[in-house]
Amino acid sequence: MDLYGLTQYLVSFLIAGGIYALLCLALNVQWGYGGLFNAGVAGFFAVGAYTSAILTAAPATGHVGGFALPIPLGLLAAALVAGATGWAVARICVRLKSDYLAIASIGIAEILRLSIINEQWLTNGSLGIANIPRPLEAWITGEASSWVFVVVVWSVVGASWWFCNRLYDSPWGRALRAIRDNEEAAHAVGKDVNALRLQTYVIGCALMGVAGALSAHHFKFLSPAASDPTLVTFLVWVMLVAGGSGNNRGAVTGALVVWGIWSLTEILTSRLPPDWTARSSYLRMFLVGLLLQFVLQRYRRGLVPERSPPLRFAELPVGLDAINETSRIHNKPRSP
Amino acid sequence: MTTTTAATGPLLDIRGLSAGYGATAVISGIDMAVARGEIRVIVGPNGAGKSTLLKSLLSMTTILQGQVLFGERDITGVPTAQLVPMGIAAVPQSRNVFVSLSVAENLDVGTYAVPGVDAPRMFERVYQLFPDLKDKRRQPAGELSGGQRQMVAIGRALMADPSLLLLDEPTAGLSPAYLERIFDLIVDIRQTGVTVVMVEQNARQALRIADVGTVLVSGRHHISGHGRALLANDEVRRSFLGGGEAS
Amino acid sequence: MIQFINFYLIPALALGSIYALGAVGISMIFGILRFSHFAHGDVMTLGAYGTLSAVWAFGWHPLAALPFGIALAVAAALVADRAFYRPLRKLPTIYAVIASFGVALMIRSLVQLFWGPQNQVFKSGVRAPLVLFDTFRVSSLHLQAIGITLALALALHWFLSRTRTGRSMRAVSDDPDLASIAGLEPERVIRATWIIGAALAATAGVLAGMDTQVHANMGWNLLLAMFASALLGGIGKPMGAVAGGFLIGLIEELSTYPWIGSEPLVSPSYKSALAFGIMVLILLLRPQGLMRGRLL
Repeated sequence: MDLYGLTQYLVSFLIAGGIYALLCLALNVQWGYGGLFNAGVAGFFAVGAYTSAILTAAPATGHVGGFALPIPLGLLAAALVAGATGWAVARICVRLKSDYLAIASIGIAEILRLSIINEQWLTNGSLGIANIPRPLEAWITGEASSWVFVVVVWSVVGASWWFCNRLYDSPWGRALRAIRDNEEAAHAVGKDVNALRLQTYVIGCALMGVAGALSAHHFKFLSPAASDPTLVTFLVWVMLVAGGSGNNRGAVTGALVVWGIWSLTEILTSRLPPDWTARSSYLRMFLVGLLLQFVLQRYRRGLVPERSPPLRFAELPVGLDAINETSRIHNKPRSP
Repeated sequence: MTTTTAATGPLLDIRGLSAGYGATAVISGIDMAVARGEIRVIVGPNGAGKSTLLKSLLSMTTILQGQVLFGERDITGVPTAQLVPMGIAAVPQSRNVFVSLSVAENLDVGTYAVPGVDAPRMFERVYQLFPDLKDKRRQPAGELSGGQRQMVAIGRALMADPSLLLLDEPTAGLSPAYLERIFDLIVDIRQTGVTVVMVEQNARQALRIADVGTVLVSGRHHISGHGRALLANDEVRRSFLGGGEAS
Repeated sequence: MIQFINFYLIPALALGSIYALGAVGISMIFGILRFSHFAHGDVMTLGAYGTLSAVWAFGWHPLAALPFGIALAVAAALVADRAFYRPLRKLPTIYAVIASFGVALMIRSLVQLFWGPQNQVFKSGVRAPLVLFDTFRVSSLHLQAIGITLALALALHWFLSRTRTGRSMRAVSDDPDLASIAGLEPERVIRATWIIGAALAATAGVLAGMDTQVHANMGWNLLLAMFASALLGGIGKPMGAVAGGFLIGLIEELSTYPWIGSEPLVSPSYKSALAFGIMVLILLLRPQGLMRGRLL
């Protein structure tokens, strides 16, 4: 592969890797901090993508939108709308046991998908929304624009990383992890379990929305068929479990490693005759699934295991943090 | 099917057993030898580890040290389900029946792990001991009263024709009428050759039928002796048999 | 009225029967293994494809070739349990749920790998409807599906109430600890659960495939409705799942009937979201489902 091809690959790797890193950070807040299993990642991703697209794209016939607002506003709106959607969902479902929350999250993603396809007045249905702007489009185009986008994506990732770390170290984060590891004890100590879970869910969904928005701005075109939702959700899960759920370094590491494997194998198999390429994508999917199983059994703590930050606040009883350090033995109530 | 060989030696021999739920020991250094055909009653204050001892026999706790021998066999930590074919049947304290199964089905299940058992004969035996159950045999066990459930539970254990019967607080939460019946029952059961090891809160009444009583305190063995002797023992009476039970 | 029966009621019951067969497996697996089996739809898909291959190889009617589909589905379920679920048994059940998510995708990828991504049919061509009493024009396939499901439901009821394995399964579902104390080996009961669940799922897959098409996402698409059915009937209660399946099928299909005026009550494009909506309602209002704790 020549230098040009290599830089092309690097750019797209960094952009996609960055978006996935953001998704992993988001999911980590929900799963790693809060113990909430969200199998509907793709739904919130789509909500954010469409929000930003509708607000920032050029005017077009057939559907609402075309406000041509600046991109930062689009991203912010994506976060707010996706977060609000997450709030509505969590309001209803947060009380459910984890199994049921998982089923519910799939249902949500399905409803969102159906809404996007059917509410054509809003989303232009299967035809999609075009002419979604890139950042600084008026001044920078072509390859340079891609590099600009890499900077944008990773700035957002960096900001989110900082934000998530602050959350982790805060009393809020500690309370959340206490609930994750031993809900009954945390409840006995007076933590409002449902409220904390709700907040977790909303924050995670907001970040997923931003990731979706970034994706829309990168491809400049958005349609329901843009990405296979199951694949997106599944890959993010594999990334998080493999990287190390419960900590942000692990989330980003997992995203880059797994995305690296995925895209590299994609390049390798794209050199095969076309018939083989299609089939090999299924094989790759199968192997990623196998990777998930392997990691679940052997390396549940991930490549970068969670380590509790040093206790800086004397107010919190040591007991709850001690629970974090030992394995997560969880006495779940039996009946649904 | 009681033990066929005229073997000597204890049926159940617990040696230096320490166990708990995780890394900490709830019971430590327990030595206890139960002879064949004996009624052994284990008493002690709350939290003494009585139930933990029984659960350890059933491999439902973490065994930290020691050994449990059943006859000649080392059964320390053997998977729970394998105990029934060996001749050990147990009745846990709460949740002791399958609530969505009928009485008859509950009893039937008791025979599944023992291939050679004569089910019709076992049914007869149990219905003889518990005539009420025969009338209610098609009712879901969940609809029965606490006392009736206890009978189903003990009946289910007996269906396996065990040589050792383990009971965890069989009279817990029962009305006085049932209390009497249960203790009489246990004596009857022993008459058929079954060895009984029983954890009890109603120490006074239980010790009266005990061949040997064992008192556990804070997870350790405190004192053992003939049931009535313990009842007469002043220290035991004062410390562990208080609780307003009419003697 | 006739139109109602022809175009709404019968198809609703047929759809319901497919949901019912899938929901039974989900309900049993939840009752005994204590987790939500996300790969159940894909086991269904695998059963359909296995049958398809047998149909191609031997030229038999799909129902005659069904044993092959069942064998494949059962084998996959047992292998998945041994390799992926059993190592996680002692952990919080959410890990098994995640693993099943993975298994779902793995099965789907294998199906696409070996059979290709294009849709298949068991038998091409349009089928003439069955005409009964000169008035009812119904699909014979639909009647077949309903009949088979009712027969299987009866067989299942007999199995659970009369056989040792069936009663052992109900016992373990009730209280796994007590079951162990009573001497019931958990792994044997678990094996039976997978076999029955996968076999019924495969049957559902073939019935669904006969009605429409066989494609790689067919099972996954039905998963939500099957979960809703299982929950409606009371999770862990297989006979309740049968009833739940028929109910969900009825609600889904009948929701598009123009009850008021001439427009469907619920837009057909949102039909599949209806099952989800019902499920959320159940979870919030009556999580124990419709059937209360009676026998079976």
